[in-house]
Parts: sequence; structure tokens; C-alpha cells
Amino acid sequence: MTAAIVSAPAAATASGSLAGTGTLVRFNLRRDRIALPAWLLGIAGFMLAGPYLYANLYPTAQDRANQAAVVAGNPAMKALTGPGYGIEDYTYGAMLANEYLAFVLILVALMTTFTVVRHTRTEEETGRFELVRASAVGRYAHLAAALLTAALASLVLGVIVAVGLGTAGVESVDWPGSLLFGATFTVTGLVFAGVAAVTAQVSAFGRAATGLAGAVIGIAYTVRALGDVADNGLSWLSPLGWMQQTRVYVDDRWWPLLLGVAVAAGLVTLAFTLVDRRDVGAGLRAPRRGADSGSARLGTASGFAWRLHRASVFGWSVTIFLLAASYGSVADVIGSYADNESLRQMMESIGGATFVESFLSFICAIIALAATIFSIAAVRRARSEETGGRAEPVLATGLSRTRWLASHVAVALIGGLLLLALGGLGLGLTSAATTGESRWITDLLGAQLAYAPALWATTAVAVAAFGLWPRATGLAWAVLVWSLVAMYLGALLQLPQWLLNLSAYQHIPRLPVADLAVTPLILLTLIAAALVAAGIAGFRRRDLDLA
Amino acid sequence: MSSVIDIERLVKTFGRLKALDGLDLTVRAGEVHGFLGPNGAGKTTTIRILLGLLRADGGRARLLGGDPWVDAVALHRRLAYVPGDVTLWPNLTGGEAIDLLGRLRGGLDPRRRAELIERFDLNPSKKGRTYSKGNRQKVALVAALASPVELLLLDEPTAGLDPLMEVVFQDCIAAAKASGVTVLLSSHILAQVEKLCDRISIVRRGRVVQTGTLAELRHLTRTTVEAETVRPVTGLAELPGVHDLTVTGQQVRFAVDAEHLDAAIRALSAFGLAGLVCQPPTLEEIMLRHYDAGGTDTGYKQANVGASR
Repeated sequence: MTAAIVSAPAAATASGSLAGTGTLVRFNLRRDRIALPAWLLGIAGFMLAGPYLYANLYPTAQDRANQAAVVAGNPAMKALTGPGYGIEDYTYGAMLANEYLAFVLILVALMTTFTVVRHTRTEEETGRFELVRASAVGRYAHLAAALLTAALASLVLGVIVAVGLGTAGVESVDWPGSLLFGATFTVTGLVFAGVAAVTAQVSAFGRAATGLAGAVIGIAYTVRALGDVADNGLSWLSPLGWMQQTRVYVDDRWWPLLLGVAVAAGLVTLAFTLVDRRDVGAGLRAPRRGADSGSARLGTASGFAWRLHRASVFGWSVTIFLLAASYGSVADVIGSYADNESLRQMMESIGGATFVESFLSFICAIIALAATIFSIAAVRRARSEETGGRAEPVLATGLSRTRWLASHVAVALIGGLLLLALGGLGLGLTSAATTGESRWITDLLGAQLAYAPALWATTAVAVAAFGLWPRATGLAWAVLVWSLVAMYLGALLQLPQWLLNLSAYQHIPRLPVADLAVTPLILLTLIAAALVAAGIAGFRRRDLDLA
Repeated sequence: MSSVIDIERLVKTFGRLKALDGLDLTVRAGEVHGFLGPNGAGKTTTIRILLGLLRADGGRARLLGGDPWVDAVALHRRLAYVPGDVTLWPNLTGGEAIDLLGRLRGGLDPRRRAELIERFDLNPSKKGRTYSKGNRQKVALVAALASPVELLLLDEPTAGLDPLMEVVFQDCIAAAKASGVTVLLSSHILAQVEKLCDRISIVRRGRVVQTGTLAELRHLTRTTVEAETVRPVTGLAELPGVHDLTVTGQQVRFAVDAEHLDAAIRALSAFGLAGLVCQPPTLEEIMLRHYDAGGTDTGYKQANVGASR
């Protein structure tokens, strides 16, 4: 007996700590048998459509050269896409690398962060972890299995993309480049799986761990965007930047991927070290003693909703303000692009707007999309309150369903408006500071606030779904992603106008470039109001979703 | 006496599953009504319909004189609910959750709140996610019992509480009853039900199969008889309502339906009684008959009542 106890720590070394990892990987794959294939097919399908689209859209070298001039000379395009290697000889391969990569790699990063957090912190938070760990499963097994699952998905995705592109048979999309292209997918997946492995140790909540990892993706994208626009080497601080530095299909450099592999290895090591330093279920910070009693405001519908959302509102406020401010800080650099005489003439012939104006106007649209993520998530929070069983005791009190839902929706819509205001302000302040023109503050605040109706209408899709078809509350994400695609690739891929019109954001006047048109703003606001009303009416009529 | 809960032929289906299949239930004002039945019998569904959280597909339900779906909010101000599995907000403390629920219901008595926290030995300053199952249950119990309400809907409220807290809970319900509060208590803890409940309804497969006081329920069930006779017993097996007869010399043991008890004892006494023990069925025995999924609705043909002792 004593011997068994004494020998236990010896057994808990390397192999013991990983006991059960293989079983858990299979278990993870079983649980993700729908989600992961959907991610892989979605990303690969989106990616592999690229060469065919380009071959149809730009059949001649002259077409591609024209496109190159638009992309390379436009700072907004550079911020969105990438540094533009091979722009001198803009082959299909160079186009794919320059215009597709940054965007698609974000999806890859999201796939692996969601996967890792879902199988680590979320399991721990819900208590299922404890049940599994109590069997013959080692301390590191969950994290190792989650990372292996994410790595496997990244590898399969890389292979699909490499083979898909390699066999596409499109000129300049050759096998060596395609293999490297696929490898950027795999390495990006590994890097962000590592990021999520660390954030899942830091925070005690799955939601916060995903949020933190998402913030890292956002920062990586922003750093790369700013670096590419200013061309100052900043992009080398971003993992997404490294992938573009492979100059795939142009120079085919493999070595920047080593940076990614090294960082992934470092992050994974850090994560395993953190596992040893904390208790199961705990984050890195010890829980503090809370209030003995609730404040008077907590006892009201709006005060309660605010309490649930306030941490998210604060986090998003800071994020949006900094994001916007960082884009505004390159406003003076944008001015220097105007030195390209032919491009300047082209822009002026379009609408008389300056480069700076069109760049900042584009950034406003991007910030509006980012702010909408908060608003949709806030509505989805109402859904998770319902399915998590927390709405049940509250709706068994004097709080009506209408007021309960309306207070969550109010936080989503008013919070979204607040984020737009902060975004416009951040963008305006730094633009004014770098260019010395104070008009930017009011111009950009107005331009940003004009997106409120689009944000409301998109968020209202989630509200309507919540009331009428609650399982599909996530539908609003699809609407938002479509809006992003329409904004981002609509012009590049020359998608039909009616498809683009499905995005609420396409109807917002591009201030300060375009003139203010009030009618679409009013119409979108009315659509939003109707969708919210439908959602609330539907929620009043349906059964609660209870376990 | 007026009824606080009045349910007739209630039907609720979830897809193909018929959760409630014509359930009838009456809870009179001021009584503690035990709501018993196996898992999945429809107890929670009934309570959720009474709360207007689910909509009935058929039948009629009245609560405190109102319609539970249409008048939900007004009715909720007059009642308090404790679910069987309390989920708390991870970032709210227990104290905050108590105040939230109490105030949304229309206010709670701060003195009573403090007293209950003391009695249930609850630390109200911990965040929701750090509470154990029993402590989460205490949070909901304090929030419910500190509210001045007319009706308590309790769905297995003490699951996870330790025996000491079970005693505190029983005291609190007894006190609530003394002050005129009506209670619907769904529970699997039979000692709790025997001690607290004035009347009991047993629900099975979406219907109430028996309802009444414990004495009435006992009357509906077999009594176990053990006797020692002067002469060996014969012919008892032919009597109606006698089951599980075993005769060993002068020792006889059998179970008999309540309505045939008199005839059976008469027949028995003809053999000269030297000793007689009659055991009324325990609530556990009554329940086991209904909990047994293989049994018919009446359950009288089920053997083993008393034989298992």
C-alpha cells in the first residue's frame, strides 16, 4: 500500500502526464465530426475557387497589370490585403498570394483557436474535464489532445489547399508554390493553436479565452496592415505578415515559416508550463472576494443586462478605439501615395476624393464590421443565458420576457453605437494629429456613426432568429461574414450587384468620400426595428429552451 | 377551500415524446403538496408550464386564479420558484444572485435574507462558478424563502444539500406553511415528503396516478400481515385480495389489499390467533410500485409489496 503511494509520483512523469491523449484525440475528432469538416470544406472551397475566379475575371496579362495598379497604389487595399510582392509581374499566383492570403489565414486562425479552447478551457469550465481527468488521464492530456486535434486539422487543410492549387492547372500556380501556399495554412493554424493554448490557461472562462485569442488575431492583422501600408518593417512582428513574406508564387521563400514554427513551439511550451502552475478549474489569477449583496441597479432588467455585458463592452471599447486610432495614425503616410500621378488622376476622376479620404472611409467600414461582432455576440448571450438554464429562474420572477430580451437587445444596439462613436473618435483624433487637419475629428465621427443603421439591421437578424428560430441565432454571423466578403472581395471579384446588396453595409454612404444620403439610413433603421419587433413577438410565443 | 393550482387534462409534447398525457392536479390553498414520481414522469414539465416557461398543448391550467401563460409576470410576483438544478452566473456572487432574483420578483425582506443566509450557512460573497451544487441550491432557496410570496414551487429543491441543511429546509417549509404559504414540493426524498406534505400526488408517464393524503394512499395499498396461529392455516390463498402467501407450520405471512383486510383477518382468526402483526405500506413501498417502469398503471397486480422487507 505504502509502496504504491510512494511510487505514484514516479509514474506521473512524462508518459503518465500524457496518458489518455490518444483516446482524447479520437474523442475530440468524434465530437468535431461536423464542425471541423465544415471548417475545412468552407476554407478550402473558398480558397480553391480563387484561381478559377481570377482566370475568368482577368484573362489577359493586361487585365492583371491594371488590377496590379489598383491594388498596389491603394493604401486601403494594402491594409486589407498585403505588401504586394510580384506586383510588377502580377501573375495569377501573385494575385492569390496578395489578395487572398491575409483574409483566408484569419479563418484558419479562428478555426484552430476555437478548436483548442473548446477542448480545453470550455471542458474545464463546464466540469466535464473533471470527470475525464478522474479516470486514467494525465495532467497534460487534454491540452496535448486539443493541440493535436488542431494540428491535424491544420495539416489536412494545408494538404487539401496544396493539392487543390497544384492540380488547378492555372498558369503560374505551380506545384512548388502550391506546396508552400498550403504550408502557410498549416503553420498559421499551429501558431494560433499555440496562442489559444496559452489564453486557455490564463483565463478561467472559455469565452474569455476565445476572446483573448481573437484579440491576438486582430492585433496580428492590424500590425501587418499598418506595417504594409507604412512599409516600415512592422509586418515582421505579425505571424500573418510572415506568411506573406514567403512571397509565395513569386520567390517561394520557405524560411519565414520557420519563425512561425518556432513561435508555435514556444507558445505550446509556455502553455504546458502554465498547466503545472495552476489548479484545475482556476485561471492564473486567484478569485477575489465579491460583494455580499447586489446593488440596487442589479435588481432591474436593464441593470442586470448591463452587469452581464459590461466587461465585454469595456473590452470592446478599448479594442475598437485602439484599432481605429492605429489606422488614423498612418493617415499622413497615405498622403504620400498620392505622389503616384496616374493613380491620383484616376482617383480624382472617380469622385474627387483624396487618397486619405478614401482610405479612411474604407477603414470606417471595417470598424463598423468589427463593432457588429460585439452586438451580435451580445444577442447570442441572451441565447446562452436561455440554453444554459440561467434565464429560467429570472423569467420565473416578475421580469417579463419582453423586458428581459429587450434589455439584452438594448445593450447590443446602444453598445454598438457607442463602439462606432469611439471608433470614429479614435480614427479622427489620430488622423487630425498626424495630418494637422482638425476637420477629421467631426468628419470621421459622422462617417462612422452613419454605419449605425447597418450595424443595427445586421444585429436585428440575430434578434429575429432568437425569437422565431432560436437554433439559428448564429445566422447573423453568416450575414456578417457575407458583408465582409462583399466589402472585401466584392470589388475584386466583380460579384453581381444584387448579391452585394444583401449586405446592409453596402447601402451606407461612404462618408466623407460620398455625400450623405439619409433615405437608406432610415430604411435600414426601420428594417432593424421590424426585425427586433418580430424577434420579441416570436420569443413571447415560444417555449423556453430548457435542459 | 379554494385551490391555488388547478390543472385538468394537461398535455405537453416535445416532438414525438408525450411529456404530459392528460395530467390532473389540484393544490389547495395553504397545503404542502408532495409531487412524486420517477425521473422523466413530467414533474418538471408541469412546473414549467405553471411558470409560463413552456406552453401547454392541451388541457387547462390555472394558477392563483390566473392563466400561467397570459398572466405570467403578475403571477410570478406572487410566487417563488426553486429549480432542481440551479445554474448561477459565473461572474455574479451568490449574494448578488439572491438580490437579483428577489428584487426582480418584487423585493425581499432583508432581515429574513440575513437570517436564512445564517441558517443555511451560505457564504454570499463567492462568485457563482465557485459554488458547489449544494451551495447553488442554497442560493436559490434563500432567494425564494426570503420573498414574501403566497406560493412556493419547489422542484427537488434540496438535491445536493447535506442532512443538516435538509433539517433547516424542513423547518423553513413548516414555518412557511404555518404562515399560510402554499407549497408544491417535487421531491424524491420520501422522508421529507412524509414529514411535510399534507397531500401527495404521484405522477407517472405524464399522468397523476394517485392523489390524496398519505393515509388515503396507504388505504389504497396492501397491508402486510404476519401471524402465528394455533392450527395450520388453509384456504387463505383462495380469498380475494390476498397475495404472496407463505405458510410455514403455524407461521403465516401474506399481503392483502386494503378492502379485503377485514375478510382476511376474519378467516385467519378462525385458525386461532397466537400473534398478529399488521404493517401498513410505507411511502417507499407505495412509490416503488409506481416507479417500477414495468408496472401497469394501477400496480395492484405487482407482487413484492412487503415481500422485499
